[in-house]
Amino acid sequence: MNLVLVAEQTLNGLQLGVMLFLLAAGLTLVFGIMNLVNLAHGALYMVGAYLAAYFYEATGSFALGVVLGLAGTLVVGIAVELVALRTLYERDHLDQVLATFGLILFFNELIAILWGRAAIYSTIPAYLSGHVQITDNLRYPLYRLVIIGVGLAVAVLLWFVVSRTRLGMLIRAGASNRAMVAALGVDIRLLYTIVFGFGAALAGLAGLLAGPIFSVQPGMGELILIQVFVVIVIGGIGSIRGAFAGALIVGMVDTLGRAFLKPVLSAVISPTAGDAAGPALASMLIYLLMAVVLAFRPEGLFPSRGS
Amino acid sequence: MITSRTWILAAILLLLAAVPPVAALLQQPFYLDLLRRVMIFAIAAISLNLILGYGGMVSFGHAAYLGIGAYAVGVLAHHGIDNGWLQWGLAIGASAVVAAAIGSISVRTSGIYFIMITLAFTQMLYYLGVSIEEYGGDDGMRLKIRSQFSGLIDLNDPTAFYYLVFGILVLFLYLTHRLVNSRFGMVLQAVRSNEARTRAIGFSPYPYRLATFIISGAMCGLAGALLANQTAFLTPEFMNWTRSGELMFMVILGGIASTAGPLLGAAALLLLEDALQGWSVLPKWVHEHWQLYLGVILVLVVLFARRGLAGLLPGRERND
Repeated sequence: MNLVLVAEQTLNGLQLGVMLFLLAAGLTLVFGIMNLVNLAHGALYMVGAYLAAYFYEATGSFALGVVLGLAGTLVVGIAVELVALRTLYERDHLDQVLATFGLILFFNELIAILWGRAAIYSTIPAYLSGHVQITDNLRYPLYRLVIIGVGLAVAVLLWFVVSRTRLGMLIRAGASNRAMVAALGVDIRLLYTIVFGFGAALAGLAGLLAGPIFSVQPGMGELILIQVFVVIVIGGIGSIRGAFAGALIVGMVDTLGRAFLKPVLSAVISPTAGDAAGPALASMLIYLLMAVVLAFRPEGLFPSRGS
Repeated sequence: MITSRTWILAAILLLLAAVPPVAALLQQPFYLDLLRRVMIFAIAAISLNLILGYGGMVSFGHAAYLGIGAYAVGVLAHHGIDNGWLQWGLAIGASAVVAAAIGSISVRTSGIYFIMITLAFTQMLYYLGVSIEEYGGDDGMRLKIRSQFSGLIDLNDPTAFYYLVFGILVLFLYLTHRLVNSRFGMVLQAVRSNEARTRAIGFSPYPYRLATFIISGAMCGLAGALLANQTAFLTPEFMNWTRSGELMFMVILGGIASTAGPLLGAAALLLLEDALQGWSVLPKWVHEHWQLYLGVILVLVVLFARRGLAGLLPGRERND
């Protein structure tokens, strides 16, 4: 185990972390403000990845693909909110889980009808491919660095919007007391639609960034969605700060666990133990972490105030 | 007290009991297989209804016990132990132990956290199943010999197996009915309705909830053992979170916290899936993309049919 490998895996963990953050930010807002458990958030991530890949191929421009993909996901998100989710806000979590579970089936199959079940691979444009020489013997793919940069930029932007603008003020107010905000004359339904569309666009952004690294296929959203739930529960439901911290923790723990748990166990206990338990433990690690956090801090690490 | 609902449930059970001779007469053994599958999932849904319906605990990880039950049978068979008493005993015992472990942490939480923590534990078990190469890993393994009950009952005989599953179903319906109407069940439902008042009259909710969680897990473990014998095959997919979602949907579709609900829900969902996939009256484009239609139906049911199929039956459930 050398330092270069550790540094490289740390960057990978950071990259997974910011990706999870993009998904978690929207989901945690929807949880916190509308009190809605949205399992279909992963479907929006998938829609973003497909739309971006489609528009990129149709127009030949990556930038145009990104913009149209984002806009498309925003439209799909708002449509879903208006048609199906709006009536679910007042229902209990059970109904929400089931209805959005139905939406997942619907979207996965719809994508399969439109683009087929086989994975499609979108490419990285020439100006984003290649590697960056970070130190003498550490080269890192430029595209992944771009993802990290975009993710951190979005985090700063979100912080600014939520804590420094009027819209952010309404969002925070909505999270702590919905009835009061509505009573003060704010159109709460419009606010909900905006927040949901906002979250959908962030999920779409994560999806279209993920497109060139992961395979784009029906069901891709669910694989990452469960990790996003872990992020939100660890961070504290409804808290953007918590989502950011949780995403980085989960991204790091998962990536480093997969990379180093097996060699560490082999070295510390025995090679056979490392081979047998390493991979199993690595894939269970984030769920173990979540169980421990919930057992000791049931509200998550950064509980949102108010609710 | 015999209500009209009891009569309807009795009629459904009579119909189920009549399936093997009718299927034999029509030479359609396929239906025997399909309805046996329905009843096995009904058993799992009954166990989930106990915590979800009567206990108010929305478990999004109930498929875990299906998996544990199935693996208990599969792992013992893999090591050459075909004794059904041992296999099924282990299925129930191991499920109870795991449910006790999961429950002791998750029952302390509530609401969305409970949903998420049960999901997380089931994911852990799922990945455990995926990563153990000895027992087939991702691909799962085949069950070479079905559970042996020292000549008492032969599970390779479809009709005998059918009536065994039927018997367990009736037994579980009766047991849950007795359980939820006992003093224990009353406390459980009181906690669901109003936890603060239940505490105020001197009951601590935690042991009641935990005990129900364990009973429910053990019951579902037996369903898992049955399922492994039904398919003669087991994979980590038994514990997939979509399976947990399906079980929840069966309970909701049938009617939450009702005796007949889980049975109706399991039958409706599995027959609907079968119809969308295979019935020749439906056009081919429905068969190819049946999940699309299932998804839409699911959303519509949740939005518009709030009390499930049991809510359509005449009369009122005593526990409403």
